Formats: sequence, structure tokens, C-alpha cells
Amino acid sequence: MAASTSESDDIRKMAHPLEIPRLKCGAMEGLAPFKASPEHQEKLGFPGELVPDWKEKALAKMKELGEKNRAFQVYLDTCVKCGACTDKCHYFLGTGDPKNMPVARQDLLRSVYRRYFTFAGKYFPKLVGARDLTEDVLNEWYSYYHQCSECRRCSVFCPYGIDTAEITMAARDIMDHIGIGMKYSNEIIGKVHDIGNNLGLNAKALRATLEDLEEDLEDETGISVRIPVDEKGADILLITPSADFFAEPHIDGLLGYAKVFHEAGVSWTVSSYASEAANFGLFIGSYEQMREISLRIRKAAQDLGVKRIVFGECGHAWRVGYSFLNTLAGPFDFLDQNYPIPQHIMEFTWDEIQKGTLNIDKSRNDHIRLTYHDSCNVARASRMGDEPGGQFEIPRNVIKAVCNHYFEMDRETTKESTLCCGGGGGLLTDDLMDLRKKGASPRMTAVQQVTEDHGVTHMAAICAICKTQFSKIMPAFGYEMDSIVSVHQLVSNAIILTGQVIDDDEDKSDE
Amino acid sequence: MLSVIYAILFYVATAILVVGVGMKIRSYARSPAPLKIPTTPAPTTVSGVYLRMFREIVFFESLFKANKWIWLFGWTFHMSMWLVLARHLRYFTQPVWDWVVFIQPYGTYAGFAMVAGLLGLWARRFLVERIRYISAPSDHLMLALMVAIGGSGLLMRFVARPDILMVKNYMLGLMRLRIEQLPSDPILLVHLGLVATLMIIFPISKLLHAPGVFFSPTRNQVDNPREKRHLAPWAAKLEK
Ligand code: SF4
Ligand code: SF4
Repeated sequence: MAASTSESDDIRKMAHPLEIPRLKCGAMEGLAPFKASPEHQEKLGFPGELVPDWKEKALAKMKELGEKNRAFQVYLDTCVKCGACTDKCHYFLGTGDPKNMPVARQDLLRSVYRRYFTFAGKYFPKLVGARDLTEDVLNEWYSYYHQCSECRRCSVFCPYGIDTAEITMAARDIMDHIGIGMKYSNEIIGKVHDIGNNLGLNAKALRATLEDLEEDLEDETGISVRIPVDEKGADILLITPSADFFAEPHIDGLLGYAKVFHEAGVSWTVSSYASEAANFGLFIGSYEQMREISLRIRKAAQDLGVKRIVFGECGHAWRVGYSFLNTLAGPFDFLDQNYPIPQHIMEFTWDEIQKGTLNIDKSRNDHIRLTYHDSCNVARASRMGDEPGGQFEIPRNVIKAVCNHYFEMDRETTKESTLCCGGGGGLLTDDLMDLRKKGASPRMTAVQQVTEDHGVTHMAAICAICKTQFSKIMPAFGYEMDSIVSVHQLVSNAIILTGQVIDDDEDKSDE
Repeated sequence: MLSVIYAILFYVATAILVVGVGMKIRSYARSPAPLKIPTTPAPTTVSGVYLRMFREIVFFESLFKANKWIWLFGWTFHMSMWLVLARHLRYFTQPVWDWVVFIQPYGTYAGFAMVAGLLGLWARRFLVERIRYISAPSDHLMLALMVAIGGSGLLMRFVARPDILMVKNYMLGLMRLRIEQLPSDPILLVHLGLVATLMIIFPISKLLHAPGVFFSPTRNQVDNPREKRHLAPWAAKLEK
């Protein structure tokens, strides 16, 4: 059942990032991620394995979702099968499997909803494409609802705004409640409950890691720039994906935040209790899990007595932070109301750039010819700044302030139309590598275009998942692993700290 | 006899349409949207949301971005249909409102555009592989039904005209709970029968997209989660 991780490169060669493939029925059939063990299931309050009366339970859950979530009901009822979304999913573009067309993905669940909850489906199932819930259907759900990265590209184009991500989340929630969970996501959520982050990095290890980074920074710049942990009374609590503490190129982004905070002269801290911005509760469609994880942030902010919360570079975390945090863990009346709650690091840095607090030498990024990948959750499920679309402009403003050579990809693949990296929505696991590669091919084709046209060498992103995914995937498309960079890595490269002496030799060499 | 059967048919159809759609709307309105999920960039004010909705409903903005062919056929069909429907108001009003008189000629020709749009959409269900894949029998039947309604209407307008005054008298009678004489032209009977069928299946079919679009959270929510706390009643209970 697991993915074939064969290196045989059956990645589709695309003439254009949005080139529509011929249908390849069953191309991705049976591909499914590993299932969560009973232990991991039960930790989240889900049954350990498939319950005997799973069918009744699943239908009961469906009914409940209909009552608790308007989107579920409305989206299952209103689709007219116009087909406008059929060519919008990167997984369909990359695999040609028709069940990866957004409407077909919805239909896997809609057909069952119709059978049991609508007049037409109860009495004329054949006519309206309704079907019984069987074990085969369940397997199909498990497979294809784990081939959706919940990126919402389809919802941009649907005349009714039908968001397949909502249906995918609902399907995963239903499956969790009958005992079928996904190993990757559910195991990680368990770690957050136990330790506070996806990696299972405890307070001691975290402190040691950050101390090492402080030393590296001092070696590099000659200036003592702090990365404080659990510092009571700091102004700002930084909530950042734990990948920022150990993975490349994420760490370089973290160093960038530290330099910006340092130059801005604010006091800040990370929390070892809420040492994770990522919130995989979103991916499995569980309001309760998402809420529990979010409440850690509230508690950390209260315990540390901070005035502000700033989020680091992470796509879905920013969706949960921007769109849901106030709902899940608010109200934040104990924080300073003069700042957005929460604020994105990009908003913070752009403010500082405008204020002129940062001493920037753009030429320090001259070895890079850059393009920028809009991360789906930032682009289509959040905002930065006061204006709609600030989530596109502010990162670009920051990039252009620190980088001389910047090039946009095809407009049909950026901003609200951005293509997912292929690893979002809880799919960033090795057992789905085949899907991840294929799903990345539309985006990578767009990157290859700007490489041909403008000699682009690097791509920046502000999402921990995108960064990990691309560092794995880009080599398959002829790029170096480190062609993917954090935006704050570029900021970090370009900032000259107050008192920092730049010798010209070192200038060009480091990155 | 026919007059009575059709009268009953229309009363039943109207009741099913009104009650059925009413119940659906109530169910949509009652189930909360627990989280803020507008597809961004989204308006940050209520008036902005009205504008976004207006553009969706009048211009099919998202569909236009998605696919020009579907937009062309779909938009032509829907807008023509509104004109045709408006034109039909003259069978239900006495005296006929001025604006309804004004649009008569346009409404007549819109009938052709409507059928053309429908045929375009239907052709895509056969010709485009992806859309063939997602089409269920009911999707074809729905188009067949609408084409038949439009076709029979055009036939009556341009080929075999029934006694319009009698039809109008019948309709006005129905509205006053009186059963008048209905002309027995077969095309008219087919036309009316199909319309009643459409009304009956409305609340149990994908025609629910009409009320549904107003309830779509990705389109009707204001993008202001940081400024204003959004909380569903069932979620508020978790905080107790
Ligand atoms: S665009 Fe929307 S209405 Fe059209 S087929 Fe896709 S989900 Fe259904
Ligand atoms: S949400 Fe994204 S991954 Fe899922 S069906 Fe839509 S386009 Fe595909």
C-alpha cells in the first residue's frame, strides 16, 4: 500500500506549468500513506483501529459535520459539475488521475452523502451517482483524501467557491473518528501535546540548539545577537515552525528574524512550551486538535507575560495564526492592542525596513537570481498588512528591499493562483514521495521557465513545508538542494548589524 | 379535466419548491461556519463582501477566471434565462408592468441564446474528457429538461402559437385560486409539464446552487479575523 519511492523518473515533462494531461484512470490508485498506530490514534482521542460499526459511526459523523459546518453541507449540495475546477489541481496536472480533479475528489464523499442524506440519492442512486459506503469506498477515501494538500487552488476558480480542502478535512476527520488515521500527521500532533513541537525537541535540547546558533551568529558577525528562550517579560513571543531550529534552509531564516529583532531593538523570546507554529490539527480537519494546539500559544504568551505575538515563516501556521487563532484561543485582550494579533514576521520586518532601522546592503545577495513561491495557505487563506493582497505585496517588498535580481514566475501560477509545492496538507512524508514529486512538477515547470528566461538560480518561500519539500524535490528537476531559500535568509544576508565590520573577502563567499 | 390536473400539478410543484428550498435555506442558515475561511484576497468590509457577491452572481467572476468556454455558455444561458423569465411575467400580471413590456422583444430572442448556451454546456459534457468523466446521468437529464423547456417555448413563440390570452387567463386564475380553461395545445402542455417538473426537482437537485451560492463561506465572509473574534455557538461551549 505504501508509496513506490522508486527513483524511476516518471515525472511528467510539461510544456507549460498548467498543461492539461490526458486522463489516466487509476494512475494513483492504491497510493496511500502509512496508517497511524493504535497508540497514536488513542492519544488524540480517536479509536485505535477500525471500529466494528464503522459504517454507522461514519454516517453519524457526516450528519454531525453537516450540522456543525455550513461549508460541508453547502459544498456537497451546490456543485453543478460545471468542470471549471477540473484542471486546477496540481496533483491532477502532475498525475493525470481523474480522481485528483477537485470535483471528482469531492464526489468520492458526495456520492455517499447523497446516498444516505438526500432524497434523490436514496431513491435514484444510479441517476445521481450515489453509492453505498463500503470498504472499497473507504479505501478510496483514504487514498485520494491523502492526495490533496488542502491548498484551496480549486476554490479560487469554482463559481460557488467550493473548497475541496474543506471536504478533504471533513473526510479525514470522519476517518479518524472510525479509527483510520494517518501516521505522519497524527504522530506529530501527539508530539506537540507531549513536548510542544512537531520534532519532539525538549526544552533542554531546544536551549542548547539555540545557544549554538547564537555562537555561530557571533562567529559570523562579531556581534552578540541573542535568540532567547522562555525569557519572562520579553515584549514579543516568536512562534515559529520547529523546522526553523534545525532544518536547512529554515535555520537561516531564523537567524534573519534574530538579526531583525536585534536591530529593531525589541526584546523577544521563543517559548519551549509553545515551540511550534505548525498546527497539524488543520490538516486532519479537527477543530478540537487545532484548538488544543493553539491554546498552548495562549498559555505561553500569558506565562511569559509578553505584549505581542509574532509568527515566523510557515504557511499553514499563518493560516491558523491569522485566520483562526483569535477564534480558537482568543480573545487576546491581555496583549498590546496597538499591534496586530498575531503579527507576521514579514509585517514586522517590512515595518522596520520602512522605518529605516535596518542597514541593508542588497549587493550581498547579488550571487542570487531569485524568484518567489507564494505558499498556498498564505496566499489563499490569510492576509498581511491592512489591504487585501498584502500577503503578496509585503513579502515581495521585503525581497526587493534586500535583493537586486528578482523575477516573477508565470502570473497564472503566482499569488492567488499559486501552485502548491506538492507537500502541503500533511503529505510531507516519505511514503508519499511519488505523489510529492508529481505534484511538484507544475510548480517546477514554472521555475524552469524563469530559469530559461532570466537565469533564475534560487527560489524563496515563507513556508517550512515548502522549504523542506523543495529541498527534497528540486534536485529531481536539476537544481541544487539549496536552491530553495527562506526570505529571512536573504534578509539575513543583506543586513549589516550595527557595529559589524565587513571585510570584503568574506563578502562574496558566504551565502 | 386537463385544466384541473395542471392546476393541481402547479400547486403541488409550487408548494414543493417553496417548502423544499425554504427548508434547505433554513438548514444552511442554521449550521454555523465555525472558522473564518474566505478565499483570500477577500474584502475586509461587509460592503466589500456585497460587491464580491454581486460580481460572482452577475458576472460569474470566478468562473470567468477559470474557463472562458464554460463561462461563455454558462453566463449566456443564465442571463438569457433571467430575461426569458422576466418576459414571462406578463402572463402573471394584469396590467403588465411597463418594464416587462419593454423587455418583451429582448426576452423573445434571449430564448435562442438560452438554448444555445445550454447546448454549448451539453456539448462539453460529451466532448471534453474531463467533464465527461464527472458527468452523472442526472447532469445530462437536467440539461435535456432545460433544453426541452426552452425548445418548446421557442416553438410556441415562433411556430405553433397557443391562445395566449387563454393561457394568461388560466395563470391569473391559478393565482386567485380559480381554475379557468387551459388551452389543450400539446406543446403548451409539454412546456408546462416540464416546468412543473423542474420546480419539483429543484430542492432535491444541484439546482440548489442558486440559494447555495449565497451561503458559501469562502465567498461571503469578511476577512477580519484579527480584528473581530469569530465564534460558532457550538465552539463557544468548548470554552466553558
Ligand atoms: S468548479 Fe465548483 S461547481 Fe464546478 S465542478 Fe468544480 S466544484 Fe463543482
Ligand atoms: S485543495 Fe488543492 S490539492 Fe486539494 S483538490 Fe483543491 S487544488 Fe487539489
